Amino acid sequence: MDFDFIDYLTGQNIMFVVLSAIVLGCGLMSVLSTKILRAATYLFFTLFGIAGLYLLMNYEFLAAVQLSVYAGAVVVLLIFAIFLVKNLGHETEKVSCSKKGIAALASVLGIVMTLVIVFNEGIVPAVVGPTAPQVDMQLIGDTLLGSGKHQYLLIFEASSVLLLACIIGAIVVATKSKEEK
Amino acid sequence: MDFELVNLISWIDESLRDLCGDASWAVSLIEYVLIAIAFLGLYCVLALILILLERKICADFQCRIGPNRVGPWGLCQPIADMFKILLKEIITLKNNDKFLFFTAPFLILAGSLGTFGALQFGKGLVGVDFNVGIFYMLAISSLGVIGILLAGWSSDNKYTLIGAMRSGAQLISYEISAGISILTMVLLGGSLNLTDLIEGQKDSWYLFQGHIPAIIAFIIYLIAGHAETNRGPFDLPEAESELCAGYHTEYSGITFGFFYLAEYLNMFIIAGIGTMVFLGGWQPFHINYEWASGFNELMDYIPSYCWFVGKVFMLVLLSLWVRWSFPRLRIDQLLHLEWKILMPISLVNMLLMAGWVAYIAAQNN
Repeated sequence: MDFDFIDYLTGQNIMFVVLSAIVLGCGLMSVLSTKILRAATYLFFTLFGIAGLYLLMNYEFLAAVQLSVYAGAVVVLLIFAIFLVKNLGHETEKVSCSKKGIAALASVLGIVMTLVIVFNEGIVPAVVGPTAPQVDMQLIGDTLLGSGKHQYLLIFEASSVLLLACIIGAIVVATKSKEEK
Repeated sequence: MDFELVNLISWIDESLRDLCGDASWAVSLIEYVLIAIAFLGLYCVLALILILLERKICADFQCRIGPNRVGPWGLCQPIADMFKILLKEIITLKNNDKFLFFTAPFLILAGSLGTFGALQFGKGLVGVDFNVGIFYMLAISSLGVIGILLAGWSSDNKYTLIGAMRSGAQLISYEISAGISILTMVLLGGSLNLTDLIEGQKDSWYLFQGHIPAIIAFIIYLIAGHAETNRGPFDLPEAESELCAGYHTEYSGITFGFFYLAEYLNMFIIAGIGTMVFLGGWQPFHINYEWASGFNELMDYIPSYCWFVGKVFMLVLLSLWVRWSFPRLRIDQLLHLEWKILMPISLVNMLLMAGWVAYIAAQNN
């Protein structure tokens, strides 16, 4: 079978390569950057690129969730935390050797796990592009809030309890620091 | 006779298809570029119009004449301002993070343009029509918050930092009640798709279909949306008397111009979302009774884009009216208004709307 390059030069594939380059490049920069706010900005671009990948696969709801939860809320929270904690420090501290070792171990483990999965399962050709089925919002809503088989009402409610616990925890922490003053 | 712009667009599409033959990718490419140019052009022209409108109306409120030298009635003033801002020097600071400093204006512009592209300007005049359009608009607008925070921090100046923190807190807070009031209308419309939402308002706008909950939601949306544009009486992030110009103090030339553009267009976008969700988008005003059929037909003669632009500018004028009439709030008053007044009301209001929707469903069965 001869490899015809032109066949692969579709808009979908070009966009996939561009978005992957953004995700990987910005992910790498986010890790390598010594300035903490720059790292957060690169992380934001990475998350944004992932939202683009979801859009490419026609997962519009997932893309919007990715944008509003990760790119919007999480990164804004991160930046606020840096503003409040770091006292405007431009450079991050040097990481100690033991921490570097743990980080290296974790990343190697991650790579091995991914490779094992890829070699065991093989690369599944995903249905990408305009031919991919568009997931109906109705279906997502029913699946999230249904109590039947393969539906996630219990998990949905459990996660809301978790969030409530987080909010109460935040209030407790905030009021305690006031009394100390 | 039909004056819809969608006819012109389909004519362009057909002639491009004839011209390119079977190279359909070329048609798509040319059309994407054309649409991008059209949106960017519209974005800039609207900014010029809005700036002139604001200056004229502000002048009227303060019993002045306003710009009156450049062109007839000062109509060319924003164009002259545009050239001035393009020619100005972009001043770079010494000890700041230059990368973030110059990324921030682009982020703000990108967030604003991303939202602008999802507006539905008329019948068939849609940039992106997502399945979850209204959710996408709320999500993509969060880019602006990050842009503001980065701008304030990378200017390395305590005024800009305080301005950015205030602005961030304000935007995040008011996004909640604006989001909830839009969600209330999504409950009524039963869809997140903007095309479906507007289609559902063919006979009567959601503002009238939803009765009291819709009116409460509309008022809350107007207040919260106005606060989200960072304009008076909610303009603490750039309170001149306290913070110079807030987060964009250190910017000059066209980098400042980007903030300026985004601020004015955000006003248009907030009004546009309000129009689409509450006032029927580009749908003409109809009275849903038998005796008004003649009136309804008359209203149909007005092209859809005129309806959209007319309604949006009505909301923009309301926003300007508020801006030049009320004094600025303090930061604690601002957060009190959102967290202790607007948010509880909008949550209860959503319950009310759910009850109303259930009542309609019961009536129909």
